[in-house]
Amino acid sequence: MAEFWSGFLLPLIIIVLKILAIIVPLLVGVAYLTYAERKVMSAMQLRQGPNIVGPFGLLQPFADGLKLFAKEQVLPSGANRLLYYMAPMMTFFLALLGWAVIPFDAGLVLADINVGILYLFAISSLGVYGIIVSGWASNSRYAFLGGLRSAAQMVSYEVSIGFVIISVLLCVGSLNLSDIVMAQKTIWFVIPMLPMFVIFFISGLAETNRAPFDLPEGESELVAGFMVEYSSAPFALFFLGEYANMILVSAMTTILFLGGWLPPFDIAPFTWIPGPVWFALKIAFCLFVFIWVRATMPRFRYDQLMRLGWKVFLPFSLGWVVLTAGVLVAFGWLPK
Amino acid sequence: MAFLDRTVRSFFLVELLRGLSLTFSYMFKPKVTLNYPFEKGPISPRFRGEHALRRYPNGEERCIACKLCEAVCPALAITIEAEPREDGSRRTTRYDIDMTKCIYCGFCQEACPVDAIVEGPNFEFSTETREELFYNKEKLLANGDRWEALLAANLAAEAPYR
Repeated sequence: MAEFWSGFLLPLIIIVLKILAIIVPLLVGVAYLTYAERKVMSAMQLRQGPNIVGPFGLLQPFADGLKLFAKEQVLPSGANRLLYYMAPMMTFFLALLGWAVIPFDAGLVLADINVGILYLFAISSLGVYGIIVSGWASNSRYAFLGGLRSAAQMVSYEVSIGFVIISVLLCVGSLNLSDIVMAQKTIWFVIPMLPMFVIFFISGLAETNRAPFDLPEGESELVAGFMVEYSSAPFALFFLGEYANMILVSAMTTILFLGGWLPPFDIAPFTWIPGPVWFALKIAFCLFVFIWVRATMPRFRYDQLMRLGWKVFLPFSLGWVVLTAGVLVAFGWLPK
Repeated sequence: MAFLDRTVRSFFLVELLRGLSLTFSYMFKPKVTLNYPFEKGPISPRFRGEHALRRYPNGEERCIACKLCEAVCPALAITIEAEPREDGSRRTTRYDIDMTKCIYCGFCQEACPVDAIVEGPNFEFSTETREELFYNKEKLLANGDRWEALLAANLAAEAPYR
């Protein structure tokens, strides 16, 4: 019995507590991201934004959630029931799954695996399945078109994301996320690799189906795209999944380019602030830019989107990989 | 050269950054929206809102049942019945406005020779049932009593232009 307790049950409880310690702040973050988005966008459009529910409207996300869960669930006739309910769960689940390998501080990571970045890349690629499956299972033309668009879009932009990651990995010499952050001790990768940062960020916008690349849910032609048939709790899961994905991509950007939990300068007033706070601040900055871009840019046309992905980003990032590798070899800077 | 210029501009995202800086500067501008139920925008003295029947300061109702408003009403929203009172003066026995028909054109107040029927500044008179919008004389007079100060001020402000 003691064996069972110390060998199995106790580690299980500890790991569950660790998972909760990541997921609960994450979900609160998601809730307040929706609030921040509405507030920032309204400020940029000279509106007031939500300000009724609670002080400054701070309880608005909870009111929205409550409203969503109180709504009626509709199952479209001819929908594939199993897949229809699985798709939003998958989206939400995959958005949370990536957080297992994200390091919040030196050593503060749930699973410190050696192929962390590959894991993240795989998880974010799987995210497209939730959307394709929902588009297929809804048995609706709009949803289907949204799913198709999303599939093509995410696949196209993942290629250039891959090259960006490779050029970062060339400078680090490790796939471990903590190592990637520690390699930026002297200088954040955003400075030597600014073009890659920009490409990664824009591809991240496309990857999370955010404006100006939100064609899968382009309301002007597809009503709501892949989630047109969803209501109530499944819709809420899609919604949460989309925002959790935004936070995940921001976390990836932070780790790859903005030095993760490291302070901007390794001197006194900056080092007083603990690492996780720096990490959260950098993520918040990335998310602000996500919202900022949404408030600024009109939606891309689909052919423009494809042109940008395949004819601009892909050759440019490929060229940059060659350039990085060349510079590293020529100056003997290759990491051991 | 133009090609080079264009390429460099697009590679350095000049236009995107310009757009972003514009939206960022807007973020700190004062808001143009009002916190509606708590703040309200200014209303012109000519605003044509909810109707009211006014009284003279001594409490006598102004309406003399000339039925000009009933005649002029393009939506046929006004119904008036009249007969002489005991003291011989001509007054309405029934003055109904169907607010669901009314188009708020203001012809009734233009037609009125004694400034009895007016459209006041009130626009927040939504109801939960249709029947509540069939205003009778009692309701219109109550409106007049309620808004008299504002109505008189508005009429005085508009008097020079009539």
